[in-house]
Amino acid sequence: MATVSVPTEGRSRGLLRRPTATTGFWSWITTVDHKKIGILYGVTAFLFFIVGGTEALLIRLQLAQPDQNILSPSIYNEVFTMHGITMVFLVVMPLSAAFINYLVPLMIGARDVAFPRLNAFSYWVFLLGGVFIYSSWLLGGAPNGGWFGYATNAVLDPTRGMTFYAIGLLIAGIASTVSAVNLAVTILNMRAPGMTLFRMPVFVWMSLVVQLLLAFSLPIITVALFELLFDRRFGTHFFDPVAGGDPVLWQHLFWLFGHPEVYILILPAMGIVSEILPVFARKPLFGYQFVVFSGIAIGFIGFGVWVHHMYAVGLGPIANTAFGISTMIIAIPTGVKIFNWLGTLWKGDLTFPTPMLFAVGFVAMFVIGGLSGVTHSVVPSDYQQTDTYYIVAHFHYVLVGGAIFGLFAGLYYWWPKVFGRMLNDTIGKVNFWLMLVGFNLTFGPMHILGLQGMPRRIQSYPAELGLAFWNLVSTIGAFMIALAVLVFIANVLVTQRKPKQMEADPWDARTLEWTTSSPPPEYNFEELPVVSSLDEAWHRKYAETEDGRVVPVPAGGSGTEVEHDGGHGDGIHMPSPSYFPVVASVGIFLLGYGVIFSWWLAAAGAVVLLFGLYGWALEPSAE
Amino acid sequence: MQDRLTVHTYESEHEATSTGLPNTKLAMWLFLASDCLLFGALITSYVVYRGRSVVPPYPKDVFDIPYTSVSSFVLLASSLTMVLALAAIQRGDLPRMRLWLLATAMLGLTFVGGQVYEFTTFYDEGLSLTTNVFGTTFYVLTGFHGTHVAIGILMLLSLVWLSFSGKIQQKDSMTVELVGLYWHFVDIVWIVIFTIVYLIPTGP
Repeated sequence: MATVSVPTEGRSRGLLRRPTATTGFWSWITTVDHKKIGILYGVTAFLFFIVGGTEALLIRLQLAQPDQNILSPSIYNEVFTMHGITMVFLVVMPLSAAFINYLVPLMIGARDVAFPRLNAFSYWVFLLGGVFIYSSWLLGGAPNGGWFGYATNAVLDPTRGMTFYAIGLLIAGIASTVSAVNLAVTILNMRAPGMTLFRMPVFVWMSLVVQLLLAFSLPIITVALFELLFDRRFGTHFFDPVAGGDPVLWQHLFWLFGHPEVYILILPAMGIVSEILPVFARKPLFGYQFVVFSGIAIGFIGFGVWVHHMYAVGLGPIANTAFGISTMIIAIPTGVKIFNWLGTLWKGDLTFPTPMLFAVGFVAMFVIGGLSGVTHSVVPSDYQQTDTYYIVAHFHYVLVGGAIFGLFAGLYYWWPKVFGRMLNDTIGKVNFWLMLVGFNLTFGPMHILGLQGMPRRIQSYPAELGLAFWNLVSTIGAFMIALAVLVFIANVLVTQRKPKQMEADPWDARTLEWTTSSPPPEYNFEELPVVSSLDEAWHRKYAETEDGRVVPVPAGGSGTEVEHDGGHGDGIHMPSPSYFPVVASVGIFLLGYGVIFSWWLAAAGAVVLLFGLYGWALEPSAE
Repeated sequence: MQDRLTVHTYESEHEATSTGLPNTKLAMWLFLASDCLLFGALITSYVVYRGRSVVPPYPKDVFDIPYTSVSSFVLLASSLTMVLALAAIQRGDLPRMRLWLLATAMLGLTFVGGQVYEFTTFYDEGLSLTTNVFGTTFYVLTGFHGTHVAIGILMLLSLVWLSFSGKIQQKDSMTVELVGLYWHFVDIVWIVIFTIVYLIPTGP
């Protein structure tokens, strides 16, 4: 790699000298490079994925047979709560953030995000937020009231668990809000010349919608979490029915965030799949504008369907009907996307390497999850399904069959770009089929269990209910998924031993990130690309003859040649690394513990935070 | 050549951007839009619980509308001084900018001081954070707003401090403008809170 000049000899004006390391441990701690931060997000999210997956296996072990007591009821509550929190906030969101961070600047032809130091800050706050939540196991009990933390149960719980939940999610929320603003500004403001909004790849569009959803839904749960924290810590009465408070307020605030959150989780995966299908069908995405506008529509309507999580609360027939209708309406733009993906595959010149398998798997599994979702929109039917395993089946089809399959498709597809080595395709196919079969064995039977009346969140069930068989099948399936993840890890390890030799564009792909070397240089593009069409990279490689046939542009044409290392990029000044994002996030971390344990600690955290922020503001830029 | 290769990654307002808006300004607008939802949810909590307290004191027992009107006026007046501060730095008049920034901070401090006095009075009259849902929602909502004002004051004073060491000059007027955007937002939110919490009469 070309070494990028980091022209900072730390003028003594700032509070700390600017760090200068570009390799090694400190370079990762102080990095502000969106690609390194993307990798940090990815690695961290994957580690949490292993932890959350282990929790899932514990749940399935406990439920494998009736009347078991592997986990006590109170531990069981902690395990399923932590499984949910982990998978939603510490796996799918940051894994999506990994892709968005790494790819968006490359896809829009920028050299970094709008605010590189804020980007690092978001990552460190997210990481420490995760550590904060997990430290609760050692410091007085993990959260045990479900990921939705319903009041008044969450308020009255005698352990510290739900206090950790409230503060931990507040910390994670700071990370996501900051990163939402940063990435939205990046997409709106940092596009290369000619990269109009409707020449942006679908993945960038979906990222933009997700950032706006985050920016407008996170403040709502922030308020809810503050209210919960105040009720628990200071004895306020937000959710105290005796004093006139109302636990249903929590549900409204939570789901007003929680439903957009569902789209925050799925839209990045939809964007990934929209990038992959055209490449392996060797056709442009069918109905690009429909896919984009349906994503925007999902973003808007997503704020108007939250009560379908609350039909059983008893808000009355008018409210339930209205939200039933809005829920059916939101299925339309989702369906539009499905048909566009099918249209992309139709009569395509299809090949099926691992990324394509996962992408097609995504479409198929997401259709099943989407259809069971539509059945929830029907109020009387939902009364029957609420709080049963049918719901568990539904959202796992959307979030595992959907989001996780989509993210795995992305891992296999962009791995050569990020690491310069292609993941092994044979092992990848074993990974996919194990995962697909295991996934359907795990969550398919839950539809049946749910319709038979098995409630969610129970620690055990008696043998007489006849639920044992499908529960056992489900547990076997869960271990198959675990095996699939092990196969993926093995694939990574095998690939890592291969020499780093990757052409810029191994898939013959369509978007700008493939016009840089693999991995890209620190400055991404030696010269910022000038964009003249959608699928810019494709149009640089292929032209259309007069009779409509596609022919390759003669070699030496333009755009696809790799930027070779050494000597280039000397005039490009990238932002210098910085200590302050880490310092400021540690301040927030200490502040969080301080609210639980000691105001002195909180004060210390505030001082560290202020030091970080002032140091940040006063830091000399490297120029 | 050098110019063409210069990156626009710096957190700088001097570079061309796709929308024409500086990155920092667009980010501030997005943050403020997001913050609207924060206050929206807090105000909603207050409105939902209006009139649902089961024990006194109730709003009409403690509110002193003329007093709060005066402190509201003080806060709103600070928007004027903020505008004058921005105008001053834009024409390069740093001493005048410091004067108006300090005036803005002082007006803000007066408002926060008034809020502290108001809270103390209410507390003496028997309304604490935990007395009833009125106390809970009132203190948390106005306290969040007061915290926003306090953070604004900190930023204003930081600007004054930085201007003495040459880190805020005429070319940095965007920084003052951003703090101004935040400050005006906090003022506007207070108009909504004052109207909904104090002026619209409640039941018992």
